[in-house]
Amino acid sequence: MQNFAEEFTEAFRLLARLDADLLAIVALSLRVSLSAALFAALIGLPLGALLAVTRFPGRRLANVVLAALMGLPPVVVGLLVYLLLSNAGALGPLQLLYTPAAMIVAQTLLVAPIIAALARQTIEDLKGEYGEQLAVLGLGPWQQISTLLWEARYSLLTALLAGFGRAIAEVGAVIIVGGNINHVTRVMTTTIALETSKGNLALALGLGVILVAIAVMVNGLVFALRATATRTAHG
Amino acid sequence: MFKQLKSLLGVLAVAAGLAVPGLAGEFIVVQSTTSTQNSGLLDVIAPRFTAETGIEVRVVAVGTGQAIKNAVNGDGDVLLVHARAAEEKFVAEGWGVRRFDVMYNDFVVAGPGADPAGVAGTGDVVAAFRKIAAAAAPFASRGDDSGTHKAELKLWQAAGVDVEAASGGWYRETGSGMGSTLNAAGGMGAYVLTDRATWISFNNKQDLAIAVQGDARLFNQYGVMLVNPQKHPGVKAAAGQKFIDWLIGPAGQKAIADYRIDGQQLFFPNAGPAATN
Amino acid sequence: MAEARVLPVAAAGIVLSRRGRRLLDVPEFEISGTGLTVVLGPNGAGKSLLLRVLAGLIEPDGGRVTWAGRPPDRARARRLGFVFQRPVLLRRSAVANIVYALKVTGMDPALRRARADAVLRDARLEGLASSAARLLSGGEQQRLALARALALAPEVLFLDEPTTSLDPASTKAIEDMLKTAALAGTRIVLVTHDTAQARRLADEVVFLHLGRVLERGEARNFFRKSAAPEARAYLEGAILA
Repeated sequence: MQNFAEEFTEAFRLLARLDADLLAIVALSLRVSLSAALFAALIGLPLGALLAVTRFPGRRLANVVLAALMGLPPVVVGLLVYLLLSNAGALGPLQLLYTPAAMIVAQTLLVAPIIAALARQTIEDLKGEYGEQLAVLGLGPWQQISTLLWEARYSLLTALLAGFGRAIAEVGAVIIVGGNINHVTRVMTTTIALETSKGNLALALGLGVILVAIAVMVNGLVFALRATATRTAHG
Repeated sequence: MFKQLKSLLGVLAVAAGLAVPGLAGEFIVVQSTTSTQNSGLLDVIAPRFTAETGIEVRVVAVGTGQAIKNAVNGDGDVLLVHARAAEEKFVAEGWGVRRFDVMYNDFVVAGPGADPAGVAGTGDVVAAFRKIAAAAAPFASRGDDSGTHKAELKLWQAAGVDVEAASGGWYRETGSGMGSTLNAAGGMGAYVLTDRATWISFNNKQDLAIAVQGDARLFNQYGVMLVNPQKHPGVKAAAGQKFIDWLIGPAGQKAIADYRIDGQQLFFPNAGPAATN
Repeated sequence: MAEARVLPVAAAGIVLSRRGRRLLDVPEFEISGTGLTVVLGPNGAGKSLLLRVLAGLIEPDGGRVTWAGRPPDRARARRLGFVFQRPVLLRRSAVANIVYALKVTGMDPALRRARADAVLRDARLEGLASSAARLLSGGEQQRLALARALALAPEVLFLDEPTTSLDPASTKAIEDMLKTAALAGTRIVLVTHDTAQARRLADEVVFLHLGRVLERGEARNFFRKSAAPEARAYLEGAILA
């Protein structure tokens, strides 16, 4: 590898120059993974809360399956979503394949079990603590769920960040359903994979460092928001 | 809290809306191979086509096998690969409309500087393969059903070597694209068959250098064809055919010839007057 | 609008077993009228269970509970207050906890804050109104929990060993609040294993042992000369098997 240092810093020079391609790739990565994390939360939070609060036969099995789904391989999720969205598949007519929307769908499916499983555990613990008191105040099941979700908001936020982390770091799902198309569905991880396969290892590494830095910034931002909220709202 | 929830839903709707396709101009999807992508050819010549016609070219680069399968599924409008037998089968089975020659380049055998099999500089690739097998020198294969892989297997067959038996020993199948396989070959000190275009544009050659080249059997032909709209009504037949016509026409052929890396031409246009079926 | 009533709270044929052990066996029991009833007995007597069954928190294995003649329902639950041994407060300020409880009852928003402030004043917690509830001391938290329960103006208030883990000063503060509430007409049922507390507060005593009501009567009589031998032994400080 010639000029490792030179190529490595190339990534940061691109960033400093505000290189249009690099910025577009970073923006798309954030857009896809943040959207996926939010959609996954919309699915996972109520699902997790419901599993924590209601009793039904097979509940324990459902919990085990949900926890197992946290370890879904991204490439498997990508393959399943591809089969669905392909022109030869059930949702072909939606023409979603090779678009950012397909990537958001795949990552949402990947991340939702994490958020649901973590939400379930958090709410279940809280229910043990608060359940009787809320019942005695006259709250119905849905009121209890929303109260517990709000009470647990900081733990749930951490669950959301865990989901976002998983999304922004994966490449297996987005490369299959997105196709890594230049200027359309290319994100940081697929770019790193591509540059690696072109032999531009140092550049790929530099991009990797930038990706980690972005993830750190997102997490830092959330924690800062949480600190402010705690100060102002006696959380 | 519900007010916050409503505004959150609004933001999400906008984000999702922006992600929905159909807001861009007209585009076609081309299923092509990693070798073509790694060489950078399409990144350069596709914009020329777009400038002339306003049609955006979206390239999905995967292994040849996957590209063909995707085209069979109708997940692309145009197929551009370099596996002649598979392409002709594709058309014969009705998935493609008509196959056209587009361009060719050649394969080379790259190998470690130490040259354990003693094949450097030879022009006879089949003899070289025999020597590599005899020396049990490490060889990195794509192993992914790609055009390059199929070409490689034909050469082993011509040399009378049973590589399946040697798999896991000196014969190592990476199951990945050309670039990744070159990475692995360099790391393992192995010989590897690669197309010249990828080789020239590859930036991690490590200790590898060209050992065998120039044999007529290393000729690598690229073909292009339209995915059959009768099998998949969603295929953008008109735009796709436009791209094919441009590619095999004077403008596209010149663009291909003009593409160089370090002053070297990587692909040689050879679209004939008559198309092959 | 007619106020939904919960008194009398009546139980008939209550039985409850867990893991083969009979934990409650109460053929009939009723709470009505006014005053402060102390449910006394050693640990494991079933006092907390009985309270929870009466409050509709636990379903007995057999028998039924009625509030004002009808089965317990969520709509009337707020007319029945319950204070637990350890206070359960939300992660918000002290006054916000009370306002939240009032919100559930559907009280007019404009009135909620005023009522919360008034209740905090009665509990002598007005200085801590905007403090984070979960950061208050144990005694302050329990006073807050009691204030929250009283804010809803319940007909009957159940308390499950509310001062067991508190220091003497906080215990006195809680007991004063209870005496005031009882005088104001709130029916109070207090579970404790502290005989001295029972002596201080009770108008009526119910003595529970091994899931059964062994004695029930006026406090004065109970403490001077109780009928059940177990009760007598308990009052003398014996440990009941």
